[in-house]
Amino acid sequence: MDRHDLVVQKLRNALPEAIEEIYDFRGERTLFIKKDKIKAVCQFLRDDEALQYNFLSDICADDLLPEFPRFAVSYHLYSIANQHYLRLRVHVEDPDDGPETVVSVWPVATWLEMEVWDLMGVRCVGNNSLRRLFLPEDWQGHPLRKDYPLGYEEVQFSFNYEEIDAKKPYARD
Amino acid sequence: MTLTTSDTIQELTVEQLRAKVGTGMEIVDAEEHMLLSMGPQHPSTHGVLRLLVELDGETVVNLAPDIGFLHTGVEKNMEAKTYTKALVMTDRLDYLSPWSNNLGYIMAVEKLLGVDVTPRAKALRVILSELSRISSHLVWLGTHALDLAAMSVFLYCFREREYLLDIYEMVGGQRMMVSYFRPGGLWRDVPEEFEPAVRQFLDFFPAKIADYDALLKNNPIWNQRTREVGVISAEDAVAWGMTGPSLRGSGVNWDVRKAQPYLNYADYEFDVPLETEGDVYARYRCRMREMHESLSIVRQALDKLPKGPVNIDDRKIVPPPRAELGRSMEAVIHHFKLWTEGFSAPEGFVYQCVESPRGEYGCYLRGDGGPKPARVHFRTPSYVHLASLPLIGRMGFVADLVAIIGSVDIVLGEIDR
Repeated sequence: MDRHDLVVQKLRNALPEAIEEIYDFRGERTLFIKKDKIKAVCQFLRDDEALQYNFLSDICADDLLPEFPRFAVSYHLYSIANQHYLRLRVHVEDPDDGPETVVSVWPVATWLEMEVWDLMGVRCVGNNSLRRLFLPEDWQGHPLRKDYPLGYEEVQFSFNYEEIDAKKPYARD
Repeated sequence: MTLTTSDTIQELTVEQLRAKVGTGMEIVDAEEHMLLSMGPQHPSTHGVLRLLVELDGETVVNLAPDIGFLHTGVEKNMEAKTYTKALVMTDRLDYLSPWSNNLGYIMAVEKLLGVDVTPRAKALRVILSELSRISSHLVWLGTHALDLAAMSVFLYCFREREYLLDIYEMVGGQRMMVSYFRPGGLWRDVPEEFEPAVRQFLDFFPAKIADYDALLKNNPIWNQRTREVGVISAEDAVAWGMTGPSLRGSGVNWDVRKAQPYLNYADYEFDVPLETEGDVYARYRCRMREMHESLSIVRQALDKLPKGPVNIDDRKIVPPPRAELGRSMEAVIHHFKLWTEGFSAPEGFVYQCVESPRGEYGCYLRGDGGPKPARVHFRTPSYVHLASLPLIGRMGFVADLVAIIGSVDIVLGEIDR
């Protein structure tokens, strides 16, 4: 049996409700997982003798605006023993109520979830160390969201020079 | 929006530092504390890295990296550019091996498009990526040795690296920010002088590796500073997401080139160097042996370098050659469309990883059917390695911390992105 199918079969037996949808694209398998089941699924995939997805490669978040649910968080898992990649994906409606943290399964998730929160603003519930990492502590907003504009400089002409100058963020005293 | 200025930066308390260590790591308690801010302008932090260190005497008890000084919003910026134009931003991530960064991103784009490149393009990509592994390891070795007070190794390493940078300049027109791999192939074929230059390098470089080894391997200071320092077990290394030579130094045999062969790595014979001690010295041995393997791959690839085109024959992705623009209206249209609008990629998401000199460098790419990526995310090995630094670095001396940072080989450009 193909390893792609083995994962689905094993997961359906162990956690029947967890898989929402299966998506195949360019030879990669993605399992859409129910948001409240993600930690149990990760724990199972790591500890199962035949699967052994012992390596968390990456966590990243998508902003799917204007779709609903708006956010999606992807987990890239790898099994060093079986040399197989698998992607888990969770849809998130409310960014403050994100998927449960997987820190207890892979400690490296602390930092990967911190990045997800800092840049995309999706809070992984239970990770107490979420803080600003790339951005200053007093930064407003989460830049990777689609409604966050890519910054640009307004052009100053002689007729509106002072008006635009007043809005510029100089370090003034 | 308030800006962070020098007078808004507060001094930390012990509790604040411990809160920054993160939930995955237990806090070590100590009776006497001293807080030390190492960096961001510290020569041995290899860039603008700041380490918040809690000391008990000279022993590091808790440690929290503070990053973001080099954050340039690469991922956000790429969403505003076409697939081809966004490529230049990947050079700036890991500026010591821009070839691997280009490769990871370009292969993700090609995977999303569903195209496969020509055999000659694959072989040249392999050669250049492996040369980039050597040039990156040379910077690592030079700076790592310099941190541990071996000045001369640095000078020798940079001398040989210069030769490689000259080859890059010959091929791509740039010493570092090459952007030479393009969707569908390469910018152009390599010049005639490329093969003799690389062969010359293959001939003289093994003796140079022996020279570096002679300077360090039996050096008592080097051995004392690196052996049994910064030990990480195989289980911890896997749980903390370490990859590349840092993982293989702990005895875990995982190399993306072997396990998930991309390009035509499956055609070449090479070993994956493994060491079992997991200390700074083991990671040093791994990288030194890796340079020999890279040389062997380059030699095999040069020997069987196929002839033929370097770009696929699809004008919707690869721009037409300059000569055609003068006589073909269709070529002008293709050229214009590609450099203004760009090509559109289908809806969907892919993840492509390559073995960069530092470890698994992955690119997650989501297309929405338009000419610009909807989301680009990089899984950079340095970022993940930095997360495990508090684990490796604690309960050692401050001086060992310098050795450890050098041995996991971080580049702040790809951490901060």
